[in-house]
Amino acid sequence: MKEFTPASDSASIVSVTDRVKPVALGMGVTSAHFLGDRAAFVGGEENVALVDSKGEITTVVVHSGGILSTASDGKRLVMGGDDGKVVSLDAKGEVTLLATDPKRRWIDAVALHSDGAYAWSAGKTATVKSGKSEEKSIEVPSTVGGLAFAPKGLRLAIAHYNGATLWFPNMEGSAEFLPWAGSHLGVTFSPDNKFLVTTMHESALHGWRLADNRHMRMTGYPGRVRSMSWSAGGKALATSGADTVILWPFASKDGPMGKEPAMLAPLQARVSVVACHPKNDIFAAGYSDGTVLMVRLEDGAEILVRRNGTPPVAALAWNAKGTLLAFADENGDGGLLEL
Amino acid sequence: MSEATSQKIPVTVLTGYLGAGKTTLLNRILSENHGKKYAVIVNEFGEIGIDNDLIIGADEEVFEMNNGCICCTVRGDLVRIMDGLMKRKGKFDAIIVETTGLADPAPVAQTFFVDEDVQKNARLDAVVTVADAKWLSDRLKDAPEAKNQIAFADVIVLNKTDLVTKGELAEVEARIRAINPYAKLHRTERCSVALADVLDRGAFDLDRILDIEPDFLNADDHDHDHDHHHHGHDHHHDHGHGLKHYHDEDMQSLSLKTDKPLDPNVFMPWLQNLVQVEGGKILRSKGILAFHDDDDRYVFQGVHMMLEGNHQRKWKDGEARESRLVFIGRELPEELIRAGFESCIVS
Repeated sequence: MKEFTPASDSASIVSVTDRVKPVALGMGVTSAHFLGDRAAFVGGEENVALVDSKGEITTVVVHSGGILSTASDGKRLVMGGDDGKVVSLDAKGEVTLLATDPKRRWIDAVALHSDGAYAWSAGKTATVKSGKSEEKSIEVPSTVGGLAFAPKGLRLAIAHYNGATLWFPNMEGSAEFLPWAGSHLGVTFSPDNKFLVTTMHESALHGWRLADNRHMRMTGYPGRVRSMSWSAGGKALATSGADTVILWPFASKDGPMGKEPAMLAPLQARVSVVACHPKNDIFAAGYSDGTVLMVRLEDGAEILVRRNGTPPVAALAWNAKGTLLAFADENGDGGLLEL
Repeated sequence: MSEATSQKIPVTVLTGYLGAGKTTLLNRILSENHGKKYAVIVNEFGEIGIDNDLIIGADEEVFEMNNGCICCTVRGDLVRIMDGLMKRKGKFDAIIVETTGLADPAPVAQTFFVDEDVQKNARLDAVVTVADAKWLSDRLKDAPEAKNQIAFADVIVLNKTDLVTKGELAEVEARIRAINPYAKLHRTERCSVALADVLDRGAFDLDRILDIEPDFLNADDHDHDHDHHHHGHDHHHDHGHGLKHYHDEDMQSLSLKTDKPLDPNVFMPWLQNLVQVEGGKILRSKGILAFHDDDDRYVFQGVHMMLEGNHQRKWKDGEARESRLVFIGRELPEELIRAGFESCIVS
């Protein structure tokens, strides 16, 4: 990745900062989601703040400690906490306790399936609850770093040290181990179900083509990748971790094998979070200096949503229709932009 | 680690061989009326339980970094736990990591050197090793883990001194000093040590690498300590002078010193290369350096192959511009290191 030199005309960037409805959440924020038309800003501990389009804030207590993991399908938000609990929050603001770890261990990871099944992990154990069937658990060789459901079928990917495990909870003995040395922290399936990608402890992604388990090494980041987002239709995987948004091409059957990633929206700050628009070829990117940009994939055209000069952007989310963008920095100063 | 050190949460690593008294010390720290709240990362729940503190179970999952550096191992569980704890920033003042009795402290320390996110929020304060006065001498013979823990320590709490005779105590201290003459050593019964002696030591703070002279303790058997220190010190320069001291067969410290300026263009590559090649053997390294044509003191420290260093401050008027280096390690190639160091001196 080459160093970026700002173009001489970069001051002429289109700005929509005056159209942002500012939101002061008054708590540290770690992620954002949408529940219906309300933005759900997840706090570092205890609370979720639901914010409607008028900017009205409703705070809901969800955990009695730190909130460690979140997953949302737009209808509800599933969270795991250091209180050993898995809870869900729906669009009405109702909190439901889904599970409690018997030893009160930290719930390090959660995942939510489009059919309503959910999964969580504590230590080396991942557990899935689907519909009315019983909870099913699997133990992997080391602590679970991340969980993701496959887009098709009830299949769970579990990231851990030295690889990832793919598991059909309803099929005995179905666990398949995909090895790759190192610590795997986050995990995601491509929307077409053909690829699995993990974020690693070192500054890299790793991928497997699931048809033949061929490896894809995605390296070159100056920092750890903490945020990944699939573009509409899964043509590209947008990632944080560099001073530009790195987009790996996944449109062809070989995915990014042998290809260079696209590098868009360069700034002199590290990209901290990315969120692709659900329908159009646009993504939003938040940076370590507080900047938020909207960027068009096709030509990299940028629109300024929020200026720099604040703590790192920690949370970005689009609503399902793609008409609202929510963002917040680590200290809980955020905004809502209606498109 | 020295930037904005004050805002970072201090992390104390508590090690010690099985049964030495780690849990006793931990309970002592937590139950003392200090008005502080700790997040404690332990391997086994149960024996500790102080209401106000956060107790987190860990699994000591050590993994190798894929960076081609064989001894570059980190504690993956710590990375994860630190990440979770940082969501509760402000709810605790300090972190204590208790390792199992058989653990090597290096991966814990290295986690604080290599992990960007951990480094952003926390700083390693010191490695505190609890040692059993009665059994340590035996363990140093048969348990490499115990030796590692002594060699790695910034502070050694020599516990259960009431269970040994004065002679036995002198012997175990001499054995400790043969491995690590630099750690602060405290003799205790039931780990009754002042909290200030184990917490907030700043042992990894580059700004506080002021004193890398061997530790003198104003102990009651002053003669012995003094003698031992003296011989230990001599020993590094002059093998086999025949006076009573212990020489650990494989774990030693090596100190280098010169009052002539060093050439940074020779020294830096030499040091980098030394830790690359011999880093597996070098557990800890520290130094205060006087470079040619440089009015600033340069300080560095390292754990195995990892080094960090910086210009610290101006040399003071009248301050002796001396360079001093200390290595603690296993089977250190002393002659090679000495010769290499000599070649860095501006002639």
